[in-house]
Amino acid sequence: MTNSTYSEARPAAIRWHPTVVRYAPVVVIVLALIVIWYVAAVLMNMNIVRDAFERNETPYTTEELIAGTLSAERPLLPAPHQIVETFVDDVFGWPVTSPRSLVYHSWVTLSATFVGFLMGTAIGIFLAVLIVHVQSLHKSLLPWIICSQMVPILAVAPIVIVVLGSIGLRGLLPKALISAYLCFFPVTIGVVKGLNSPDPIQRDLMHTWSATPAQIFWKLRWPSSLPFLFTSLKVSITISLIGAIVAELPTGAQAGIGARLLAGSYYGQTVQIWAALVAASLLAVGLIGLVSLIERWVGQHMGARP
Amino acid sequence: MRSPDANPVGLSAVTASALAVRAQGVSLTFETSDGEVEALSGVDLDVAAGDFVSFIGPSGCGKTTLLRVIADLEQPTAGTILINGVTPETARLQRHYGYVFQAPALYPWRTIERNVALPLEIMGLDAATRRERIAHYLKLVNLSGFERKYPWQLSGGMQQRASIARALSFEPALLLMDEPFGALDEIVRDHLNEQLLRLWNQTEKTVVFVTHSIPEAVFLSTKIVVMSPRPGRIIDIIACEFPRDRTLEFRETPEFIKIAQRVRAGLRSGHSYDE
Repeated sequence: MTNSTYSEARPAAIRWHPTVVRYAPVVVIVLALIVIWYVAAVLMNMNIVRDAFERNETPYTTEELIAGTLSAERPLLPAPHQIVETFVDDVFGWPVTSPRSLVYHSWVTLSATFVGFLMGTAIGIFLAVLIVHVQSLHKSLLPWIICSQMVPILAVAPIVIVVLGSIGLRGLLPKALISAYLCFFPVTIGVVKGLNSPDPIQRDLMHTWSATPAQIFWKLRWPSSLPFLFTSLKVSITISLIGAIVAELPTGAQAGIGARLLAGSYYGQTVQIWAALVAASLLAVGLIGLVSLIERWVGQHMGARP
Repeated sequence: MRSPDANPVGLSAVTASALAVRAQGVSLTFETSDGEVEALSGVDLDVAAGDFVSFIGPSGCGKTTLLRVIADLEQPTAGTILINGVTPETARLQRHYGYVFQAPALYPWRTIERNVALPLEIMGLDAATRRERIAHYLKLVNLSGFERKYPWQLSGGMQQRASIARALSFEPALLLMDEPFGALDEIVRDHLNEQLLRLWNQTEKTVVFVTHSIPEAVFLSTKIVVMSPRPGRIIDIIACEFPRDRTLEFRETPEFIKIAQRVRAGLRSGHSYDE
């Protein structure tokens, strides 16, 4: 008797499957966001749809009104299913070489991102090496590097694009330059910190072995800096994507995710804008994933704890 | 002693009678924000080749500083110091000594064998010699079989043994050790002391050893240098001439206790117990 009362008072804890435990919070949050999104879409698009009905003097029911808010052609806030439909159509509905294909535009932006990222990383590492090895540069160069990042890129990008365009540089390179300009900074800061990270004993050891500066760099400073470098690269690769997109805006570029955003806003194609934004965020996720993958591979070869 | 061709960098063989270290009137003053600190004051010291010399004293007595002066990691402000008859800088450039720090300071991205190989790579030894040295010295410190492990996979004692193998790998005549077992527990420490003694006996190197443990100093040394702080100076040098093949039981003998008492008395006279 007491036993059953006890079990009633405290039912046995349900054991969820580990997969459920792991992903349930994420799924719940996503579902909640989708619900909020739908509610917001209905509320924000209500006026447009009601006006349209009244202009045509068609009688409408509340159901029709709500259905209308979720399928409007140029809504203030497109419903998630509209964005997904447009995204899927833009990605799969056209040959990848077609200017209507989102894959084509993504590739245009991605190629500028990659070139910019590689240039930015190279410049960033080069500056860091200079700053660490030339004492006077530490004081003289760093303030300029910090200043360079205070310039609003939206204001500078058109100037750079126009100037470079006037000397015949168009297309990928100007975009890559702006992307590199934005993304070298986290690399420099991270690598300076990383190159200075070996502790005094590790440096003293090198001294007792009479190692040359080059040996100290390649056998101690550089390997020590790699964890810092990868942390920086994860930041800088997304920044370089943003840089490439921003650089596509002022040219009124014909291709690229930036051009897609711009065209969408010219013609009030909000669904198209959102589809391009989804593409941009998926690219960013993919790029960070790529850097993380390389980081893990390097870590495995450098004895990182699993 | 060792034949010259056993040495990779071609320094001349050191004869048993030669002095491994000769310090005369060595002083070192650090400039700090609180003014000058006399880390070493008028230090005179001779270390014969093949000796095992311990520096003992409380913190601030300059024992580590003196070791760093020998290693050319600090420059004395006065006096002269010769290592195997040459200046510390020349001795460093000619790789006369290996240095073992308080922490193992293994490079975490290198396996144990590649850590031992690091000084050999820097000194430009060929791959075959490197392999041979790695195998030999890892065996000497009982780490055979751990070549491919990363430092974090080893215990603190094993890491410090690997760092000793690294210091020995380029076969320096002089081994400088700065409280190498200070961070380890007493059981591991006793064990490593025995191993170090055996290793010193086998290799016939000169060892200069910094410690703040009286039993450790008496157990290991042929000569104990008692130091005192403010200013850092030598207050007593105690000969400790017992057979080289000592065991841990040696620490229970009356001779051991007598020397330990003299070290303690020296430390007390230097006011080392005052604070």
